[in-house]
Amino acid sequence: MSNVLVLAEVTPTGELSATVPSLLAAAAKLGTPVAVVATAPGVGSALTEQLGSLGAQKVYLAETDAAGSVLSGVAADALTSAVEALQPSAVLLAGSIDGREAAARLAVRTNGGLVHDAVDVRADGDKVVATHSVFGGAYTVESTVEGGLAIVTVRHGAVEGTADAATPEVVNADVSVDASKYAAIDSFNNVKAETTRPELLGASKVVSGGRGLGSKEAFDLVEKLADSLGAAVGASRAAVDAGYVPQSYQVGQTGVSVSPQLYIALGISGAIQHRAGMQTAKTIVAINKDGDAPIFEIADFGIVGDIFTIVPQLVEAIEARAK
Amino acid sequence: MRIIALIKQVPDTGGERRLDLTTGLLDRDASDKIIDEINERALEVALAYKDANKGTEVVVMTMGPEDATGTIRKALSMGADSGIHIADASLVGSDSAWSAEVLAAALQREQFDLVVAGNESTDGRGGVVPIMIAERLGLPAIGSLDSVELSDGSVRGERATESGSMTVSSALPAVISVTERAAEPRFPNFKGIMTAKKKPIGVLSLSELGLSEASGGRSVVLSTQERPARTAGKKIVDDGSAAAQLADFLAAERLI
Ligand SMILES: Cc1cc2nc3c(=O)[nH]c(=O)nc-3n(C[C@H](O)[C@H](O)[C@H](O)COP(=O)(O)OP(=O)(O)OC[C@H]3O[C@@H](n4cnc5c(N)ncnc54)[C@H](O)[C@@H]3O)c2cc1C
Repeated sequence: MSNVLVLAEVTPTGELSATVPSLLAAAAKLGTPVAVVATAPGVGSALTEQLGSLGAQKVYLAETDAAGSVLSGVAADALTSAVEALQPSAVLLAGSIDGREAAARLAVRTNGGLVHDAVDVRADGDKVVATHSVFGGAYTVESTVEGGLAIVTVRHGAVEGTADAATPEVVNADVSVDASKYAAIDSFNNVKAETTRPELLGASKVVSGGRGLGSKEAFDLVEKLADSLGAAVGASRAAVDAGYVPQSYQVGQTGVSVSPQLYIALGISGAIQHRAGMQTAKTIVAINKDGDAPIFEIADFGIVGDIFTIVPQLVEAIEARAK
Repeated sequence: MRIIALIKQVPDTGGERRLDLTTGLLDRDASDKIIDEINERALEVALAYKDANKGTEVVVMTMGPEDATGTIRKALSMGADSGIHIADASLVGSDSAWSAEVLAAALQREQFDLVVAGNESTDGRGGVVPIMIAERLGLPAIGSLDSVELSDGSVRGERATESGSMTVSSALPAVISVTERAAEPRFPNFKGIMTAKKKPIGVLSLSELGLSEASGGRSVVLSTQERPARTAGKKIVDDGSAAAQLADFLAAERLI
């Protein structure tokens, strides 16, 4: 089977990115999964066992001091060298900021073809076929790369399953990075607070709040309902813009796309750009005081009413049932 | 300083957007076409610098069909000084790699200190074109900046990481892209709209750029399927019992 490279991103604190497991699972559908790791010396070698347990049969390890100080260049250089050394049939990367940048540079360097935001991949003969969910799930598109190396960015949380664990062979690569070609990382800041809530991406239940909450303090209501359901918390762009929650909570066209079992929209009108990020949810519940709000067009259960009255009652009812 | 802002004409995300089911390409006639909002934010970054630093020149560049002139005029009415329009019938349906090759060739003919773009277009969503351009031009790049500080010889800003954020910087010339956090775009005023009509727009064809067709790998659409639209379910008006009814519904669906 041909090699399929995965860019295994490593966080500034030296852990494997949450995107790695599903990338390796996707790679296993196409060939022999090889993890390409670009990190500071000592960091990557500590991760090989974990990469093996996630399915990497080989780890192509580029350890360099430049990893924490050169922006996206180290990953691009490591991948370029891995492509030369291992002649893969495809390269899979996360749709993250770093993943996209490495994909972009690699595509230019290898004269390869890039398909992005795949929600699934499969092999068809020697072709790599990627599935995409376009315009908020309104269309399903399949695409492939012709005439060059297939470079695919994969939507986080979309590809399910796991690859069989392996004991990876480690290849130490000598990658020397010319820092003058890239931007510099000056510092890493404000690491996100730990939370016991599920991550928005991949959560099976999501409760989102919109401008209808009216204030940062009132957004508590969304969190209370989320906690009673064990759900992740999301928001509309208007709620993010108003400063109720950080940008990472944004669901929609320019935020994250979620496909949970249950999506509850509180005080969200249901603008088309918001719907683009949640309309593939299995069950949608909406509470809005405006009976004409477009969110009701796609809600399985809609309540026309005031969130400040209904949500506390709902939390109580859910807690009563849990007992 | 000379700043080139890359802009793109896209279907308005406020309406329903359609794909042509036989080609998988955007059905261009199905929606209103507007300048992508993220490009207005990128342009705002350039214009804010121009407001504060006399002698700054802001040029907008687009690759797109003939009617993308409207997109350039919008940018000129916001305050850009001139436009460059790469218009060629053969560019319809270009993928990101080929778009980047064409834009890089056009940029190569220009003097600039900074190229600023949006982090991802609302119709393509690849988020790779600015970085591909930088790679082709041999320039440093910073994608997806949430904030931008521009000074004479350098650019600096914050961008998100999986676990927080980082501060990044580069000497100029460089290519950057910005997220929707970076700036709130201004509205064109009456004077801007009037003067935009007189500002120059240069039009370039592929042959003028010395290009004919994409050389490397291409992304090719194999099939396009439309999913049935979602329909509305039950809608009740709260009479005091709505919360209890919803709890019953969630329990029946085994969601609680
Ligand atoms: C290019 C582009 C990209 C965009 N991307 C996104 C995106 O990714 N995500 C996103 O969400 N938006 C996005 N938007 C913005 C989108 O168009 C809407 O502006 C936004 O979704 C509105 O958020 P909202 O529903 O919270 O606010 P509003 O539309 O203001 O709705 C607030 C709702 O709350 C209801 N309400 C108020 N008080 C109460 C109460 N006490 N009880 C019950 N209901 C109440 C009101 O009836 C109203 O329906 C984008 C826009 C553009 C142009």
